[in-house]
Amino acid sequence: MKGKPKQLFAWLDDRLALAPMRELAAHKTVPVHRDTVFYYFGGMTLFFFLVQVVTGILLMLYYRPSAEEAFESVEFIMTTVPFGWLVRSLHSWSANLMVYFAVVHLASVFFMKAYRPPREITWITGCLLLFLLLGFGFSGYLLPWNQLAFFATKVGTDIAESVPLIGEWALRFLRGGDRVTGGTLSRFYGWHVAILPALTAVLLGVHLVLVQIQGMSVPPWRQAEADRRRPMKFIPHFALRDLFGWVLALGMLAALAALLPWELGEKADPFAPAYKDIRPEWYFVFLFETLKLVPGGEIAGLEYEAIPILLSGLAAVLLVLVPFLDRGVTRRGRSGGFTTAGVLALVYMVGMTAWGYRSWLPVLLVAATAVLVVVVALGTRQPEERSGA
Amino acid sequence: MDETADSGRRNFLGWFLGTSTGALLVSVFYPVLRFISPPQVPEAATNQVEAGSTHDPELLERGFKIVRFGAEPVILIRVAETEFRAFAATCTHLDCIVEFRKDVGKIWCNCHDGQYDLEGRNVAGPPPRPLTPYQVHVVDKGSGQPGTLVVAKG
Repeated sequence: MKGKPKQLFAWLDDRLALAPMRELAAHKTVPVHRDTVFYYFGGMTLFFFLVQVVTGILLMLYYRPSAEEAFESVEFIMTTVPFGWLVRSLHSWSANLMVYFAVVHLASVFFMKAYRPPREITWITGCLLLFLLLGFGFSGYLLPWNQLAFFATKVGTDIAESVPLIGEWALRFLRGGDRVTGGTLSRFYGWHVAILPALTAVLLGVHLVLVQIQGMSVPPWRQAEADRRRPMKFIPHFALRDLFGWVLALGMLAALAALLPWELGEKADPFAPAYKDIRPEWYFVFLFETLKLVPGGEIAGLEYEAIPILLSGLAAVLLVLVPFLDRGVTRRGRSGGFTTAGVLALVYMVGMTAWGYRSWLPVLLVAATAVLVVVVALGTRQPEERSGA
Repeated sequence: MDETADSGRRNFLGWFLGTSTGALLVSVFYPVLRFISPPQVPEAATNQVEAGSTHDPELLERGFKIVRFGAEPVILIRVAETEFRAFAATCTHLDCIVEFRKDVGKIWCNCHDGQYDLEGRNVAGPPPRPLTPYQVHVVDKGSGQPGTLVVAKG
């Protein structure tokens, strides 16, 4: 740095102590081994999150959260506001891609056992961030106030009633009354634009700071390889590769948003029957299909439908607690049981989703994910002989 | 001042500080908790509603229609030319609104494929309870005019 920029840096450095941070960034490295490719998916999820923040703020300029105006305001955004269709389509597509990449990121962290000590808190904040994303998805789904969203919200909030003791209160708390009405829309809007973003900002901050402090985790079976190969410098080598992932993400998002604009559907009518093939967002479809399989009935005052709901709640708790349950991986460097359980859970989720859509598309998407991993791997390849160059 | 008196005073102050902090927290969180729990809004009681003509084209074509009974949806089904039945249209499974499927002769919920017979009994799929029945009266207009349907609490 010379001249003006140097003066500016010196001025800021005096006030913010930037030099140590620059020093830290200059010395930060990332381990290189055959699974390094999986280090890029968290960053791509973050990219979609940033797109959500920007497009979400833009949508707020025109969106009106009331039962009378919500649908019309989204219609106005899509038909009259210049590039409104694009901004809304980007927001919807990016939301879905964000959930998808968050799941890919979680799965890769899970199978690479990166939750091992001392990274338990990173894992926990990551799981909580995924739950928040699902909360964003669920609350955002209702905002256009269309028929699909209306029924998804009725069903989704009714599920809360199955929780023992607080079920009834939870239902009324979520709906803002006994039914899904404009009052529910106000509440969901509040969650979507204020409460969830605030919680996400805090958790994401902790998550990212921890990643910086602890660096990337190397799977036990790649440790020897990572020790042998020279790690790559974060700046510029890893940062530029991260940028490749972001450009790839932007390309996918732009193509989907422009070629397959998100539909609006019909305005919600609280007095119309649910139509055929009604479904929640794809990431809830496996749960929805599970609910269809459970017959009506009661056991010890508990309705049968509550059982899969409570079990999925339990599964979510177990997922958060994985670092504390998986003792084998710290002692022996492997934990086949957890890997098998993870694979079975994925097979169940993909299988039930495919069954729900009566389509092979979800299975094809898993294959597409494999292709995506290969593309990212090729794009970020670090030839052994030039490592650390 | 000896040490026992000092620690007694310290304990007293500690207790005082603790209880007043507790009271402060309660006085903050109690109103918040009450605020976020939606109030019960009294609704005008509905005992019966008029549901249009017995020859309503929608009713003839689809075999049913959804009637607004206060804030609740009620399904009105034309079982035969002169026989009508009505049930609460809210599925007992997860709150979706049911429809009548002429092709299978059942009340059907599209959300999770719940099925009820024409008595409102849950016969297949996930619904745990039958639909609440309503009464249907046909008010005769006389002289060959189509009658008016009236749905009333069962």
